[in-house]
Amino acid sequence: MESITITFKLNGKTTAVAVEPLTSLRSVLREHLHFHATKAGCGQGGCGSCTVLVNGESVLSCLMLAALADGQEVTTLEGIGTPQHMHPLQAAFFDKFAAQCGYCSPGMIMAAKALLDKNPHPTRAEIAEALAGNLCRCTGYVAILDAIEAVVTQMQEA
Amino acid sequence: MAKHYGRGIAAVNYPTGMNLGGDPTQALIFCQPTGGFSVKLASTDLGQGLKTVIAQIAAETLGVPFDSVLVDTGDTDSAPHCMGTFASRGTHRVGNAVIMAANEARKALMDVAADEMEAAPEDLVLENGEIYVKGAPERKTNVFNVALAAHFKYGKTISGRGIYMKQKSSVDPETGACDPDSTEAHATTVAEVEVDDETGEVKVLRLSSAYEVGRQINPEMVHGQIVSGAVMGMAHALTETVFPYYPALDHHTHSFGEYIIPTALDIPEIESVVLEYPSSNGPYGVKGVGEMTANSPIPAIVNAIYDAVGVWVTDLPVTPEKVLRALEEKDQ
Ligand code: FES
Ligand code: FES
Repeated sequence: MESITITFKLNGKTTAVAVEPLTSLRSVLREHLHFHATKAGCGQGGCGSCTVLVNGESVLSCLMLAALADGQEVTTLEGIGTPQHMHPLQAAFFDKFAAQCGYCSPGMIMAAKALLDKNPHPTRAEIAEALAGNLCRCTGYVAILDAIEAVVTQMQEA
Repeated sequence: MAKHYGRGIAAVNYPTGMNLGGDPTQALIFCQPTGGFSVKLASTDLGQGLKTVIAQIAAETLGVPFDSVLVDTGDTDSAPHCMGTFASRGTHRVGNAVIMAANEARKALMDVAADEMEAAPEDLVLENGEIYVKGAPERKTNVFNVALAAHFKYGKTISGRGIYMKQKSSVDPETGACDPDSTEAHATTVAEVEVDDETGEVKVLRLSSAYEVGRQINPEMVHGQIVSGAVMGMAHALTETVFPYYPALDHHTHSFGEYIIPTALDIPEIESVVLEYPSSNGPYGVKGVGEMTANSPIPAIVNAIYDAVGVWVTDLPVTPEKVLRALEEKDQ
């Protein structure tokens, strides 16, 4: 198939990439552009490890055709913090031991960010609801919920 | 048609390590010119926190700050041999090997420090990376200076080799006796459930556990294992299976749509207490706490279902279908 060129904003930077038309956004991010924070889990929409933000909405990048990202704004974990300047959610995951193997963490953090950007004061139940599409095999979720709740409290105090 | 509350209890004794044909792990430690220590291991951190607890053990034994230890794991080509991360053996085996290596490295360090400070090694104190003469704290130096001297003045390495091995233990043909593990951790879980006798659904309300795990090197990480094991145990009890009608292979699960792992919406209340009775042979008294955390919740939930509705479903997972079939059979 003839490749197509898509142009989108990736973490604030205009990015163009030539891909086969049926390539998923996840493949473009990981394999073409080498943004590996976004994880490749099931490829079926079942685990949430590939969660990114598209125009601020949390999206499963394995189920989205990259072509649909043309002209849109895509944010991955790399776009929200660095090891030196962690996003509050990243810092809270660190402090609360919310990552064990860490494979789910990028998706969890992006799903949490999408929630907090819309609703800065969610209840614990609302946080759990927002993460319901993100599986974690390691933590049992309690530490993840604790971490996100800690960020909510921080934002209330700030 | 009603929802029934039930409560069940179960306990587990869990072995740390195994004996196979002998169960060894090795470690190498060396000091860089910066005064930082590298720990070389073939052992793997799967997320349970091995690298963190090993850095803690190495730092404690060496007498240096946690931050000056780098734990390098997972390349079996370039690191000394380890049997692997399984049988809840990691902290125990690797920790013991690292203590042995760290003691040798510490001795090499203190020998150089003694030369540098013109004192006997046994008169020196090493604490948190600082070295001074006992009773004369103004005569002091630090690991960085000693490392520099070792590298560039004396041409000496500051390094250590460590191994821990559990000997092979064969079964005595007369008595059946054998020494299969190194130590055992213990736990008890009380499960509280609600069983819907119309739909067969089981909801776990609360899992309360007591764990005896020897000395905790990192209590937060031990807690992490206990919480995650509770949720995984609940899932093994109620939802997770690859072949729901085993030995028939029908309805083999192919995706997370069918292979049901709990989500953040499904977690029960989880509470736990930890008791510490240090083991005699673990590093600083450690016992393994890993796999065991997913054990006692399962029979505790099965027992709680019996308490709630009077049926024993011992074929896991206890799906709504199995509960309804068992209730039907009971009513006949
Ligand atoms: S990889 Fe996209 S949901 Fe699993
Ligand atoms: S930390 Fe391992 S899957 Fe969540």
